[in-house]
Amino acid sequence: MTQTMEPSSMETSNGENSHRPLGVYTRPKGGSGWRDWVTTVDHKKIGILYGAAALLFFVIGGIEALLIRLQLATPDGTVLGADTYNQIYTMHGVTMIFLAAMPLAAAFANYLIPLQIGARDVAFPRLNAMSFWVFLAGGIFINLSWLLGGAPDGGWFAYSPNTGIVFSPSHGMDFYAIGLQITGIASLVSGINLTVTIFNMRAPGMTLFKMPVFTWMMLVVQLLLVFAMPVIAVALFLLTFSRLFGATFFTPELGGDPLLWQHLFWIFGHPEVYILVLPAFGIISEVIPTFSRKPIFGYPFMVFSGIAIGFMGWGVWAHHMFASGIGPVSVAAFSLSTMFIAVPTGVKILNWMATMWGGRIKFSAAMLFAFGVVSMFTIGGLSGVTHSIAPADTQQTDTYYIVAHFHYVIFGGIIFGLFSGFFFWWPKVFGHKLSEKMGKLNFWVMLIGFNLTFGPMHILGLQGMSRRIDTYSPGFGFEAWNLVVTIGSFIIALSVLIFLINVITSARNARGLPPIGPDPWDARSLEWITPNPTPAHNFDEIPIVESLDEFWHRKYGSDEDGKVVRVASAEDVCQDGSAEGVHLPSPSYWPLVFAIGLPFIGLGLIYSLWFCVFGGALALMGLYAWVFEPVDDPDVDHHEPQKEDASD
Amino acid sequence: MTNQTHSEETTTGLSHNKLGMWVFLGSECLLFGALISTYLLYRGRFADGPAPGDIFDIPFTSVSSFVLLMSSLTMVLALSALQRGDERNNRLWLLTTALLGAVFVGGQVYEFTTFLREGLGYTTSPFSSAFFTLTGFHGVHVSLGVIFLMSLYVSSARGNLHKERAETVELIGLYWHFVDIVWIFIFTVIYLVPSPTS
Repeated sequence: MTQTMEPSSMETSNGENSHRPLGVYTRPKGGSGWRDWVTTVDHKKIGILYGAAALLFFVIGGIEALLIRLQLATPDGTVLGADTYNQIYTMHGVTMIFLAAMPLAAAFANYLIPLQIGARDVAFPRLNAMSFWVFLAGGIFINLSWLLGGAPDGGWFAYSPNTGIVFSPSHGMDFYAIGLQITGIASLVSGINLTVTIFNMRAPGMTLFKMPVFTWMMLVVQLLLVFAMPVIAVALFLLTFSRLFGATFFTPELGGDPLLWQHLFWIFGHPEVYILVLPAFGIISEVIPTFSRKPIFGYPFMVFSGIAIGFMGWGVWAHHMFASGIGPVSVAAFSLSTMFIAVPTGVKILNWMATMWGGRIKFSAAMLFAFGVVSMFTIGGLSGVTHSIAPADTQQTDTYYIVAHFHYVIFGGIIFGLFSGFFFWWPKVFGHKLSEKMGKLNFWVMLIGFNLTFGPMHILGLQGMSRRIDTYSPGFGFEAWNLVVTIGSFIIALSVLIFLINVITSARNARGLPPIGPDPWDARSLEWITPNPTPAHNFDEIPIVESLDEFWHRKYGSDEDGKVVRVASAEDVCQDGSAEGVHLPSPSYWPLVFAIGLPFIGLGLIYSLWFCVFGGALALMGLYAWVFEPVDDPDVDHHEPQKEDASD
Repeated sequence: MTNQTHSEETTTGLSHNKLGMWVFLGSECLLFGALISTYLLYRGRFADGPAPGDIFDIPFTSVSSFVLLMSSLTMVLALSALQRGDERNNRLWLLTTALLGAVFVGGQVYEFTTFLREGLGYTTSPFSSAFFTLTGFHGVHVSLGVIFLMSLYVSSARGNLHKERAETVELIGLYWHFVDIVWIFIFTVIYLVPSPTS
């Protein structure tokens, strides 16, 4: 299980190694400060980078949402023009889905999966770094469009032929198509990487059905990514070639069919919904048992319902297209499959509640956010079931009812879930808790703001207010609810502000204090065996796994009456991070160099092929240098054996 | 996929690289699946341009397809040579495989230019766009494969490709066979299924 790599510079006293690497390209030695971060291949640091970048994009997407709400607060709004409004709502969707929610999930996946399965890193550490930098490059590339003649304006799902040159003459949609292609590379590579990690790097004894539910859900997500990303890649290629090279895929007068885009997009797009929500399901499946002090109810059902969602997610895409004239047979079939997919989701909700039932519930901030998921996601799920009834859906299509529904799912399900994860794993990552008091305040403010924002949208939608309109006239009965929605959106912004303040003040309060010590929550899964914050080498000694909730079973046993009793203290069970000479992958510049090349190739396709030459050369140089980078450990045969002291 | 992981023990017993390659090829199936679907949708929509049935030269493409399929055989021979430790034959068959692949790509270039002369441009019709995109993506895959094979050849010529690294050849082989198998589907769908004529 050890990586065949040189000793981590963090583990050696002087931060330098004595051996001279072979070949022309030397590898960076880690060092400190920013250079450490841009060359890192450590899954934990990459997870933190993902989280930081995604939170930045989350704030940008949030500001875009506030602009939308300012425009719609009153009838005949004049804050934004129609054209700017189109760009803002498009970028709000693109940013929140591709640049905030997905990478936030990737942050948790990167940080936690190796720890939960008892590994020292992911299967391909440099590819992992590449995934992050490519994602960041793609995100910056899409947002560059703001400065270069206008952002994408075709909606996040970019229906053809609206996105053709005729109806969208600015370069915005080019940035959309190429930018998402770039972030797609990141998702695909990361999907392959983490799939291999989970299948191949589990600690001895950790069979698939002893893996924590979070890792299971993430495995389903990675497989969905692996199979869904190529489909959106093809759709984006068709769009790019149509716009840049005059291909006729979506030119109706020559026989091109705009519905092709819808099918390709939603064959990706519906699995994407589960790519977004399953990580949150995984997070709260760790949080709820911990704070209910009970094992998860029906573990196999949790796992299999997640797998079932992963499979069935491929068979419901046309429910996004009921109003597009796909014919009664298709509509009936997809109605049925959509109703069926509510079943495994219902199983999960039942199991979370059954986990809490009879438990000694501790109302921590993380647990409150998990409650938020269970309750708010259920509302979104129920309004989703109303969409599966096609006649009703035909009424609801393209109204604010849809907007209400998917925000209950995405915000109520995913964002609440991710916040639950922040509060739960913050001590694991940074060695100190976030303030529980501010966290609880954060939760209630967010819950109130969320319901004020998206609850009234159901009513607005049923009253007939269309989505994507930049303004509305007075007299339709939209005024009052829209004002409430706008007020609610600012309350959400306040709750996010509370979170950011909490991050800063908690870090400041913890400065100078020793790390929080082992096991702050009396948790259950393997990642808590490592010290907080996690040392660079993760585990002093790879644990031998005997049961689900391994960590908990090391702390608790049962007496003669079958009552649960504590058998060991957390200090006894947890490792102390003192192992030395553990071989870790060395840092590398080349993932970053490769990633920087990609946006230039994109700019070249749009503006001038000279950029392509430069970007291509850079990317190629990155790849070749990567391949010819000296073998990580020239003296692979004589490396210092791993120390076997550590815990117990 | 360049991490040196051959000496590690893994949970499944497969190396990271091999498992990663299989997962990647699974992903590629969906890429070509979407492209083939696009072609199937548009094969009858040739607007005022040439129809597929009028323009395809099936005997020519059959020959180049045969060449590509034979390259899978030489790929197997290359791998088996290296697994036996026979580096000279490994190089021979690697080079042959790359050459056969290059012949196929050359045939595709010839076919494309012929079609272009006969009035089937990339922008002529949805059929032409879908045809060139699907076969073009496949051609790019074959070309990449040729580059990989030549890299292996150079590596071997410089004395860096020994029996212990046979898995690298095996992985490139997996990719190569995949590209061949995809071509069987593409060839069937485009050329063998009777095409509409104008």
